[in-house]
Formats: sequence, structure tokens, C-alpha cells
Amino acid sequence: MKYLIKGGRVIDPASGKDGILDILIEDGLIAGMGKGIKKPGGAEVYDASGLVVMPGFIDMHCHLREPGFEYKETIATGCAAAVKGGITSLMCMANTSPVNDNASVTSYIIERACEAGLAKVYPVGCVTKGMKGKSLSEMGELADAGCIAVSDDGRPVPSGEIMRRAIEYAATFGLLVIDHAEELTIAAGGVMHEGYVSTMLGLDGIPAAAACSEVARNIALVREFGGRIHIAHVSTAMVVDLVRQAKADGLQVTAETCPHFFTLDHEAVVGYNTNAKVKPPLSSAEDVQGVIEGLADGTIDVIATDHAPHHADEKNVEFDLAAFGISGLETAFALTMGLVNSGRLSLLQAVSKWTDVPAAIAGIPGGCLKKGEAADILVADLEAQWTVDPETFLSMGKNSPFAGVKVQGQVAATFVDGRLVYTREKGIVGD
Amino acid sequence: MIGSSHHLLGLDTTSSEDITRILDTAEGMKEISTRKIKKVPTLRGKTVVNLFFEPSTRTRTSFEIAAKRLSADAVNFTASASSTSKGETLLDTARNLDSMAPDVVVMRHKYSGAPEILARNLQCSVVNAGDGAHQHPTQGLLDLYTVREKKGHLDGLKVAIVGDITHSRVARSDVCGFAAMGSEVFVSGPPTMIPIGIERLGARVAGSLEEALDGADAIIMLRIQLERRSGPLIPTLREYARFFGLNRERLSLAKPDALVMHPGPINRGVEISSDIADGPDSVILDQVENGVAVRMAVLYLLAGGSDEVSD
Repeated sequence: MKYLIKGGRVIDPASGKDGILDILIEDGLIAGMGKGIKKPGGAEVYDASGLVVMPGFIDMHCHLREPGFEYKETIATGCAAAVKGGITSLMCMANTSPVNDNASVTSYIIERACEAGLAKVYPVGCVTKGMKGKSLSEMGELADAGCIAVSDDGRPVPSGEIMRRAIEYAATFGLLVIDHAEELTIAAGGVMHEGYVSTMLGLDGIPAAAACSEVARNIALVREFGGRIHIAHVSTAMVVDLVRQAKADGLQVTAETCPHFFTLDHEAVVGYNTNAKVKPPLSSAEDVQGVIEGLADGTIDVIATDHAPHHADEKNVEFDLAAFGISGLETAFALTMGLVNSGRLSLLQAVSKWTDVPAAIAGIPGGCLKKGEAADILVADLEAQWTVDPETFLSMGKNSPFAGVKVQGQVAATFVDGRLVYTREKGIVGD
Repeated sequence: MIGSSHHLLGLDTTSSEDITRILDTAEGMKEISTRKIKKVPTLRGKTVVNLFFEPSTRTRTSFEIAAKRLSADAVNFTASASSTSKGETLLDTARNLDSMAPDVVVMRHKYSGAPEILARNLQCSVVNAGDGAHQHPTQGLLDLYTVREKKGHLDGLKVAIVGDITHSRVARSDVCGFAAMGSEVFVSGPPTMIPIGIERLGARVAGSLEEALDGADAIIMLRIQLERRSGPLIPTLREYARFFGLNRERLSLAKPDALVMHPGPINRGVEISSDIADGPDSVILDQVENGVAVRMAVLYLLAGGSDEVSD
């Protein structure tokens, strides 16, 4: 199928392009970009006038739950939610059941993703066998099977020695180590950020020091032994400061944050709102500002969803018993545009944190609009205003703290490998 | 109704007007308990369910007596006897209960916020009888009642709350309640037991136990429960008693007519010495007595209402 995406404002952070251009798609690739491209025979025209055309988003951090937790989400439903959110490539975390610590699980995930045929799925393997934190997983085998990174996400790697060895060993296979930073003895079983809200609600707090001390340890390991590390879901100003210093010192440390961390603070938990229960927890207003500053000055490289779908039964319980996590694929785009609309990030900056930068950090293709590259494209309506209604999510996880919130910015269409897979009018578009 | 709500979930969400109304109502209720026949027909035909997910003798008994003195049918539903041990969710328990059409559910639960879940899902009124470290509003109300009864007013009084504030629902209700009524509330204890941001609820954090007690009109000592959450916060009960327990010498810092209070059960020789617990300044048993009156008032306001008094 040939497409001509016509008349849109094209934004490509990799090349710095920002202008009204047409994009021609042939055989799944970008065949041309320019002004006034003539419609070739057999091509379908997508009229993008008034819309913004950008590279498809890359989500470095999401949970697809399959295998093992298909009642929360499947690879197919997660990928449908992804393309609805403008995400054309995603990295899925290893805390499935069984965990992704061997080639057969990796292969299963890739196969299921191919069957779904929507977003491109890059599995993340475990750092440690069984995600138990005791010994290194067979990272060579995981890399061979298609993993591009390792992480015990959902759990930290408690042993400093194992973490050191993981960073050293993963480099052999070009695997990125992604750090879920949480010092468990400081977190001490807390269920939300420790602050005046946890005091008011009588809930056990997770001190900000829990994430900070673990990040400090891991940066110290990189400082002494080299290698690189990517800090997942940065949520506090203290961690932003640590990463900023590490970068200033020339260390290979990168970081991501999530839309909820620059949009909500711990006040969102008031009323025991279990949809605002997430790990790391929503922090103070000062932390939100710290995260936004980190995004603006480049300390935080990437925005990722940490999409963590759960069944309603796991959230409709006492706050202490509720599962941690936010279903984020379908709100990420609009919440990111919130930073643009409030003037905190330029559009180019915001798009870059979802495209060329994560592609470079993870070492995966995509993230740019260039002749000869795969046509993974997001077409967005930056003016569209809408109200978040989790019941309309394609994800099985309706656990969003943004229910009822008015947002601006909407994905109008998503192309993956030159196929139009989603439009806001028709939803998921079959072959 | 209490204010615009047909629940009592916490004193953080109860206005000073509503607190005054409850305390005023409790005055009339207290008289009933002094009669030969301690029963009025006010809540005849109403059903009060005591839904206790945590062991409690005193609070449950107090609510049960309060309900019975108003002629309501009181039913006790304790966690060990309930289906929750079979893995039923709180929501399912709530829905099942609702189908039996109670008028008031009195709930105690180990997790903060559990009564809110009930209140959102039940048609009937919900009274929080203590949830996690969140609130214990009827304890707060009976403390307010006791001080108001003895001192004649609450505004301008200095109230000291001493102990594990971090894990105390009683402390949170007392702080909110006394602050709402214009008292000056000081909290004190080892720094490990003072939660961050308690000032937002209306308390001042005393720099020392002595500062908290200095010139106090009422002193509320909290029970130290090493077997529960307080364990990691202090080295030993012995050391706690020595540095934070209320003894004769420390009590002399307070006003001569200061009230000594405790939500019970007391650890003699730990947070409070026996001579003080049993001494002339102690109003600990008055608190228990007033607890029945306050709970009668709460049940009456939620389940009855003034228009039904004459039935």
C-alpha cells in the first residue's frame, strides 16, 4: 500500500525539521519527503492539513502482562492501546509469569506481538534468574532471542554486587541495564509517598530516600566500573539532581520519567484513590517541579509510560492491598502535550523524548522521519480537547488516575511500517 | 445526619458546628445511662451492625451498649466469625451486608480508608470505629466531651498528646477535633513517633516533652504497643517510660487542675505511672463512661434524627 500524508506540519527532532511537508510511503518505508509531492498512482492520500506529523513514539517502559497475567492485559490489547496512543515501538518488562529470563519466553512474546501486528515489541529480559536478585540471568541467550535490555523492573536488584556484575556483563551483549531504583529497607513496605498526605491518611510512607539511595549506589558503580545504566521512572527532585551530576561528570547514565510524575503529586491519593497508587509513588509538588526541570534541561532524556494495567478487582480494595500501577498508554500523548501547552517544553523537545532519544538509548530503529526508514508515523491533532474516560481505553487496564480530566492533544492516526493501523475515527484498522 | 453527611468517617472532615451538635446531643444521652431503666425507644426497629475486622472489646462493647440503650437491634459481626477469612473482599462483604438493610454499620478495620470504601458502596450510614492509623472519630469526640464537661469549654485550652503519633488514629482524631474547637494542640514523643506534616492537621510539634506539658489543661497519653507498629521506633519500653512516660514530676509542669487522659487500655508503668492513672487528676474512667453517651449521640443523629424522637 502506498500512502501520501499530505499537508501536515512535519516535526522530526532527529533532523530538526519543522515545516509543512508531504510524506510519501511505499513498501512500508518512507519513500520521500518534500513540498507538494504528487500523488503516485495507486496511492491513498491521508489529508494531514491542520495536523502534526511526527515519528511514531517509542515507549521504553511498559508492562504487557503476557504470558501469565492475561486477565490484566494481553500483548494484543496492549499493542492496540499503544498504537491508539501513537506508540509504534515499545519495550515490555520482564515481570510476567513465567518471568522473561530465558529465550523461550522472549520468543513467545515476539511471536505474539507479530500476530498482533500493531506496535513493534522489544522484550526486556531479567537481570537476574527468576528475577530473584541472586544470580545473573543468561543475558547472552536473551540477547540472541531478541531482548534489547535487561531489568528486574517491579523489583530492585538488592545486591550491590549483582548489580555491579550485571552492568559489567550486560555490556558484552550490548544490553542496556534498566534500573528500578528502590531501596527496600528504606521503603519499608510503604504504600505512598511519605509526606503530609500519608500522615493525613494514616498510610505508610515510602521516603524519597528509597529511590535516591539506590540510584546513588548504581551511579557509584558506573563511576567506578564503567558501563552504562538507564534509570527508570524518575519521580523525585533528589534523583534528578543525582542524574544531573552523573551526566556532568560524563558518566553513561540516562533517565526516563512518566507522564504521571510531571502531572500529579501525592495529593492525588486523597480519598484513598487506588488508581493513584503507583511505584515509585506520586511525590510532592516540589518533586513534580524537579522532574519538569529535569526534562527541560535534558537531565531526563526520555518520557515513557510505565504502563501497568491491572484488573479492577485489584484496585477495588483497601488502599494497602491494592496493586501498584497506572494504565498509561492512552493518556501519555496528551499529558506530554500538557508540558508543551504550559510552555515547559518546546514541541520539538517533547517529541524528541519519545522518539530519537529513546531509539538511541535502547539501540533500536525508528524514532525519525527519513527517506528509507520504516514508516512508523504518528499524526496528531494538537488542538483537540477531550476528557479521559478509561472505559474507552483499548487497554484492559482501566486503572487511570486521570479519569474525568480534560486534556488537549490527540492522536489522529498511527502508521506502523507504512500501514495505517489506527485512526481516531475508526479505531484499530484491520488489514 | 451529621452536617451534610450520613456517615462519620473522621474528625478531619467534621466541622466545629457538627462536633458541637454531637457533644450537645451527648449531654442528653448521658442522663439516660444514670436512670434505673437505661433504655429509651428512640431507635426501636433500627439495626446497627458492629463490623469489626480487628479485635476490640472496649469500643465494640461501648457501641453495642449505646445501640441497645436506644433500643436499636445491635448485631456483632467480627472478622473471625465472618467470611472474610475465606478471602471475600471488603466490597463483597459490604454488598452482602447492604442486602440485609442495616441502618448503621459501625466498622473497625486494620487498613486506613476501609470505611470510605464501605461508605461509597452502602446505602446505610457508616461510622468509623477506627481504621488503621487514620481516624477514630468517636474516641476523639469522647475526649472532646470529657474535656468540655470538666473545663466548661474547649477554646483556648492547651492540650498535649504524647506517644506514637505516627501510628495513632486516636491522635489524628484528637488533633483534628481539638484544633477545630479552638484548642491549642501540642504533640510530643520521640522524633521517630512524630509523623511528617502533622502540623497540617492542626498540631504543633513540641520541642520537648516538657514544652508540651508546660501549662497544659489536658494531657492525653497514648498506649505504646511494641507488639504492633511501634516496635522499631524505640529501643525498649523501659527507656520509653524513663524519658517519655508521665510521672508525678512531669505532671507538675501542667496546670494544677490538668486532666490526665488515656484512650486505654493502659500500660501501667510505661506511658503512665499507676499513681497518676489512679490519681485524682485522671479522668480515664470518665472517658469510658462518656464514650457510651457520645456513641449514642452519633447513632441517634445518623439513624434517628430529631423528627423521630417522639415515635
